[in-house]
Amino acid sequence: MTLFAGHGLACRRGERLVFTGLSFRVAAGEALLLRGPNGSGKSSLLRCMAGLLVPVAGAQTWDEQPVALDRDAHSARLRYLGHQDAVKPALTVLENLALWQQLHGVSDAAALRRALSALGLDPLAELPARLLSAGQRRRVALARLLAAPAPLWLLDEPTTALDDEGVGRFARMVGDHRGSGGLVVLSSHGDPGVAGEVLALADFTPAPGGES
Amino acid sequence: MIAFLALVRRDLQLALRQGSDAALVLIFYLLAVLLFPFGVGPEPNLLARISTGVLWVTALLAALLAIERLFVSEHEDGSLDQLALLPLPLPLVVLAKVLAHWLLTGLPLTLLAPFLAIALGMDQVGYPVLVLALALGTPTLSLIGALGAALTLGARRGGALLALLVLPLYIPALIFGVAAVDASLTGLASLPHLAILAALLLAAVPLCLWATAAALRQALE
Repeated sequence: MTLFAGHGLACRRGERLVFTGLSFRVAAGEALLLRGPNGSGKSSLLRCMAGLLVPVAGAQTWDEQPVALDRDAHSARLRYLGHQDAVKPALTVLENLALWQQLHGVSDAAALRRALSALGLDPLAELPARLLSAGQRRRVALARLLAAPAPLWLLDEPTTALDDEGVGRFARMVGDHRGSGGLVVLSSHGDPGVAGEVLALADFTPAPGGES
Repeated sequence: MIAFLALVRRDLQLALRQGSDAALVLIFYLLAVLLFPFGVGPEPNLLARISTGVLWVTALLAALLAIERLFVSEHEDGSLDQLALLPLPLPLVVLAKVLAHWLLTGLPLTLLAPFLAIALGMDQVGYPVLVLALALGTPTLSLIGALGAALTLGARRGGALLALLVLPLYIPALIFGVAAVDASLTGLASLPHLAILAALLLAAVPLCLWATAAALRQALE
């Protein structure tokens, strides 16, 4: 059974210790919701999980194997979605997704079509991404998760700019992913339409002045 | 390999769609070189004598002009995070981007040079070596420039800082590039100079790719 866990993680941004002594565990089919006020380190934790940011203390494991031992294997099993959509404005929606597949060594036209229809992007497929609204761009970014599948989804406020219908589609997408044994970690301020264990980051904020 | 080629093709496609900086670089090269006859005066001997240096120095400045934006748009739209997570090692991601960039700027600069050499009255004996020297030298310029672009990513006034960082490192390529062409113009062997240019390129490939990847990881944190 797949298990992604972290123990005693601490993260520093500049001079400030953002969180310390943080542990988490997500098993196959589970979702972990990161909650906390602005600056409590939700994005930093997600970047640590993705390997983009190196924690100053602690370790992460995947199936009991330290993640730091094989970074390439870890990047291959995760999909990270940050604040920015990383959608190229000059390419059409379809080209953006096809390019994503090529970059990940996937050639699966059926998955591409499924990704488009799962996010309701079929009518927009041939449109250059620069003409899309913020919510539509976010849908393209989410469609990438389906175009090139990976077990671990790390999503930083994935429902930002989505309308109610979009949030519904997102919730269904996450449900299907969990149903097929996927793991989801997501941060959110509002209601992302996903139920799961909640990790409150405020609990791990170091006391002001006291730095151990 | 598929991912590498896809990345090169992506950059070429993006550049052609957006009417990239590449065209600007070529126009800059053309105009900057053509300023010299006006500045120096229409004396054929003098122009021909300085033509090699003019062509190399302006090519170097044109290359610098283009490289600044190499990672900026990737950084701004969040693509850099995604590139770092690709199943492709980051140095190879950098190589793909530098290769695409060179195809769009360095290669056209190289091919344009002999035509500008005509305007400066360079002896046509030197044209083949001029093209060869630029073909070996401009990839080195792109690689060093990529390192500078990665180091100054996210810095305020990155452009000016980039020039200060990178221009001193361009000097070896400039010296041997000019020497190769001058040698062929005076009837001496240009091969040793070209060999050193090739050696510089071979050294720049691993050094710059790994250093650029490390600088990008810093920028991601």
